[in-house]
Amino acid sequence: MSNIFRLGLKELVSLRYDFVLVFLIVYSFTYAVYAPSRGARMELANASVAVVDEDESPLSRRIHDALLEPYFFPPASLRVQDVDAAMDAARYTFVIDIPPGFEADVLRERRPAVQVNVDATAMSQAGSGTAYISNVIARELDAFARRAGPAAATPVNLVMRARFNPNLESSWFMAVMQLVNNVTLLAIFLAGAALIREREHGTIEHLLVMPLRPAEIMLAKIWANGLVIVVAAVLCLRLVIEGWLDVPIAGSVPLFAAGIVVYLFAVTSLGIFLATLVRSMPQFALLAFPVFIVMNLLSGGTTPFESMPPAVRAVMRFSPSTHFVSLSQAILYRGADLSIVWPQFAVTAGLGALFFTGSLLRFRRTVTSAQS
Amino acid sequence: MTATPVARLRGVTHRYKNVLAVDAIDLEVPAGAMVGFIGPDGVGKSSVLALISGARRIQQGHIEVLGVDISRVRLRESVCPRIAYMPQGLGRNLYPTLSVFENVDFFGRLFGHAAAERRRRITELLAATGLAPFADRAAMKLSGGMKQKLGLCCALVHDPDLLILDEPTTGVDPLSRRQFWELLRRIRADRPQMSVLIATAYMEEAADFDWLVAMDEGRVLATGSPEELRSRTGTGNLEAAFVALLPEHKRHGHAGLQISPRARRDHGVAIEARGLTRRFGDFTAVDNVSFRIERGEIFGFLGSNGCGKTTTMKMLTGLLPATQGQALLFGRTVDTRDMGTRRRVGYMSQAFSLYTELTVRQNLDLHARLFHLPAGAIGTRVSEMADRFGLVDYIDQRAESLPLGIRQRLSLAVAVIHGPEMLILDEPTSGVDPVARDTFWQLLIDLARNDGVTIFISTHFMNEAERCDRISLMHAGRVLAQGSPAELVRARSAGSLEAAFIGYLEEVTGDAAAKVSAPVPRTEDARAFPESAARQPVFSPSRLWAYARREAMEIRRDPVRLAFALLGPLILMMAFGYGISFDVEDLSYAVLDRDRSPQSRAYLENFAGSRYFSERAPVSNHAELEQRLRSGELKLAIEIPPQFGRHLKRGRPTEVGVWIDGASPMRADTSRGYIEGVHLQYLDKLRRLDPKAHSPPVADIEVRYRYNQAFKSVYAMVPGVTMLLLIFIPAMMTAVGVAREKEMGSITNLYATPVTGTEFLLGKQLPYAGIAFLNFISLILLAVLVFEVPVKGSLAALSIGAALYVFASTGFGLLVSSFVQTQVAGIFAAGILTMLPVVQFSGLLIPVSSLSGGARAMGYLFPSTYFQKVSLGAFTKALGIQDLMHNFLALALFVFMYLLLGRMLLRTQER
Repeated sequence: MSNIFRLGLKELVSLRYDFVLVFLIVYSFTYAVYAPSRGARMELANASVAVVDEDESPLSRRIHDALLEPYFFPPASLRVQDVDAAMDAARYTFVIDIPPGFEADVLRERRPAVQVNVDATAMSQAGSGTAYISNVIARELDAFARRAGPAAATPVNLVMRARFNPNLESSWFMAVMQLVNNVTLLAIFLAGAALIREREHGTIEHLLVMPLRPAEIMLAKIWANGLVIVVAAVLCLRLVIEGWLDVPIAGSVPLFAAGIVVYLFAVTSLGIFLATLVRSMPQFALLAFPVFIVMNLLSGGTTPFESMPPAVRAVMRFSPSTHFVSLSQAILYRGADLSIVWPQFAVTAGLGALFFTGSLLRFRRTVTSAQS
Repeated sequence: MTATPVARLRGVTHRYKNVLAVDAIDLEVPAGAMVGFIGPDGVGKSSVLALISGARRIQQGHIEVLGVDISRVRLRESVCPRIAYMPQGLGRNLYPTLSVFENVDFFGRLFGHAAAERRRRITELLAATGLAPFADRAAMKLSGGMKQKLGLCCALVHDPDLLILDEPTTGVDPLSRRQFWELLRRIRADRPQMSVLIATAYMEEAADFDWLVAMDEGRVLATGSPEELRSRTGTGNLEAAFVALLPEHKRHGHAGLQISPRARRDHGVAIEARGLTRRFGDFTAVDNVSFRIERGEIFGFLGSNGCGKTTTMKMLTGLLPATQGQALLFGRTVDTRDMGTRRRVGYMSQAFSLYTELTVRQNLDLHARLFHLPAGAIGTRVSEMADRFGLVDYIDQRAESLPLGIRQRLSLAVAVIHGPEMLILDEPTSGVDPVARDTFWQLLIDLARNDGVTIFISTHFMNEAERCDRISLMHAGRVLAQGSPAELVRARSAGSLEAAFIGYLEEVTGDAAAKVSAPVPRTEDARAFPESAARQPVFSPSRLWAYARREAMEIRRDPVRLAFALLGPLILMMAFGYGISFDVEDLSYAVLDRDRSPQSRAYLENFAGSRYFSERAPVSNHAELEQRLRSGELKLAIEIPPQFGRHLKRGRPTEVGVWIDGASPMRADTSRGYIEGVHLQYLDKLRRLDPKAHSPPVADIEVRYRYNQAFKSVYAMVPGVTMLLLIFIPAMMTAVGVAREKEMGSITNLYATPVTGTEFLLGKQLPYAGIAFLNFISLILLAVLVFEVPVKGSLAALSIGAALYVFASTGFGLLVSSFVQTQVAGIFAAGILTMLPVVQFSGLLIPVSSLSGGARAMGYLFPSTYFQKVSLGAFTKALGIQDLMHNFLALALFVFMYLLLGRMLLRTQER
């Protein structure tokens, strides 16, 4: 135990002198969490919309004015001949075209049509935005028509409430998912790269002839790198996410921290395992980055896990990130306690043990097979 | 010797942070001579040579080389092609995966020789150095001596007027060393006007030079010919002369080494090797080696580099398993799990293997603790070690700032901190100066004779081998001879141990020595136009090409890297194309039906029938609903109130409640739309059943999904992922590019040859941009053939965009690489800096037009945003070259800016 502790301390001292790494860690737990949460929103927000108003009637202006912030940027006006170019350049995701004589036609009950052009390549907004715009226009038309005739009551009302995030603020989601992503990134790379560096500098051989077991060397790396990340992540959660971004945390922060600890064991083990598979730093980069990107983008933290094909889901169940994303969402948003998230804890720990054993088996072999 | 000096230094001072390496040196080095710089390690020899060569930037003072003031950048560039510089360390500026021929060829290209000329010169040089039979062997597979000969070939390929060699023979076996000097002497005989500056730690070598500069503590102690130095000090040999030149306090304590004879007692066997053999593939590194070392004995392993000494030692420590044979320590088979034995052994590996970022004290302390010394004793043990090994003055310095000799002392201190019974030392005195070496040996002898420590040491110093009780001569994996030094000298009837060793070596290598006597290249034609070589173009496509070609060869030699680079994007594209989907489907939901009437069932049927929803077991109460939402099992829950059916029949308004899991806002938002849709459908049905209430809408809303009528994720994701992959992988590959050269040492070639920063960067960029473009082609094929996403617009536009984009992404990687010091930092920086703008701000997930503030600015300041437009435009929006023109311009601007910034950040001289 004391060996593990000592070697871990050494890792910490080494890290302190690597200013670039320290800077990157600080960056990834501050600005890299803050910026996307503030700037990039996955729900319908700040959708860019333009209106081609060929009618210029009170009704058309009414539609124009009904597209409100924060769902939409203030709508721009566009001439009909510029529509194609503007959409080709992706300046607007939605272009609403109100034909000439629209209001007059409505009044004469001629049932004119208003056209909504959707840039269907903007996948995240096109779907919900179209539904939203259609509803807005329908509501305005209805209100306009009701001025003319009596209103018909709806027999069944639909009341929708979003639990855990009542206003569906995506910054809540993004902030925590960014935190999760950065934890993954740092864990894989810090531990794996540290091992390769020791190997390239020959210090690992030196350790192997001392009364140390490979498991001790690895555990030292795991706890030291893990500690840095856990501390950074908890600080980030408290200061950046709760403080700066004003995201309420529903669940228990200590439970989440425990989740990070388990997750870090799994991911740093994975990082070390990957490091034992390769011979040099460039190779490690090329192996670890794709692994990281897959773990990141397919974990359910970016797009919904349910909508992935069954084969992808089956494979991704072997990624600790899938379980960690699920447990962070459960704890931080839904306030879940251990009785609910224990399966994720168990699976993550199990995967960690698997990677750890794997790297242990390969450790000595890879260190020594590099003949100088 | 001519009248004008080859180098003139005035008031040159150089410091590294707090360490003063060169202290106000004034020196005139005569031209046309072999000039030696002698002195212990860390006295500033290397710094002075690097400054003269122009590889290091001058901090203070003036240096004139070949009559040119090299403090001025322009002037330095003009004189640079006439200088050749071979840095310290075996083959440090060579490229390990390149063959002998390719290495020399690369240097030839850098100096702008035509193909025929290069071939002629290389053939001659390889013949002269005896490397011709190994022209196709990779540099990393050469022995130390051969590496140094190859380094010499690379240095001589352009006929320099000034040749600078920094410790060229350190770590090289005696035979190779003798051949190296012979070779140099013959080259000099042929080109007498060439000046050679050499730093060396071997005094016996320096004795044959024309002129010497003795240095200590960054200052010049004395200059003159070896005879002058000897006569001035009144000493018999150079080593003694040097010691005599040292200031009084340094000489203190240096006396001739006293070796007490070993008492002949039966101590038992400490180390035994029985028929040890180790093979790597079809290469036999150690071939049937057997020996026994008694307790308390000093046993020396003598042999050239790469002869198997290190491999044998690694087998004895258990670092390497033996292919055949047995290794025994204290009578027990070496077992990696045996912690008890490890505590009794101290090991010092050849490469410096301490933690360079820790201080001397921290290193000692760490190892004391790892060996479980009693906590109370650690402090005293550390200071005792620092005292005994002369580390007191450096105790709080970080190991990376220590000179080599001090580092080796630290390594030894670390190896004996736990008081082991046996020491295995792999070339511990390589590069250590004579005074320090003697001190070191005094310590070893003390350990062996007084403490009874068995010492197994490998060395290439003859005078050290003479101090061993017994030695073993190794060559090419086999033991040539074994016995006490005196016995071996007698057996060969040679005058000295060195002669005896060379005799044994020549016996086995046969005519190896004869090969070296091939004629030295005649370089008349080059000498006829000495100025033509000096005039170098400001920008040379051939130097750029030399770098590009070399980089490409290195990538090709690394099949793992190449496979990742070519296949990685395809695998990722498969994962993402199928995996990332915004199509929200199969939303799990459950029903809390508190009415259970035909009406409520009719309402719920609409959900059960939709492909967007998938029903789970119904919920019975609110607590359960809450619990199941919380666990994430349900994404939404529908509650039908009691009396729903009755209210509906009577035309009384009623409501349905829906709870959505808002943890993932995108999903919640989309599901809200679906739920509303299902609800409206239901209302529509109701209306149709009741014609009285029917009121047609006043206007229609026509929705036109443009570009992607089917509204499927794949048409947006495939172009987007193409954008993502074409920056990630190329940036990653180039990000380690420059940093790797910095770590491996080959960056010196940028410092010391005429190649400019722009040529260097562009040359490195070309092969990676090429690979990235291949990735682009394969991704397009995958998109069209597997994902059936056609390129609706102009393929030419897409290709132009991609070509510019891969140059931008590789340029970004190089830019990152130019300012980081290590490969790890390079990977990190490239990864983290690209991740955010690419995934979040470039329009992959969220349209850029919806971004605000810093996020939007970051999007526009990154090339991905523009290529995303090109990719989506050409794939899905059916656009052509004209429509995308401004994106091309933006991308081209990025290519240019990254190169410019990279060039500004890249240092072409060492600090």
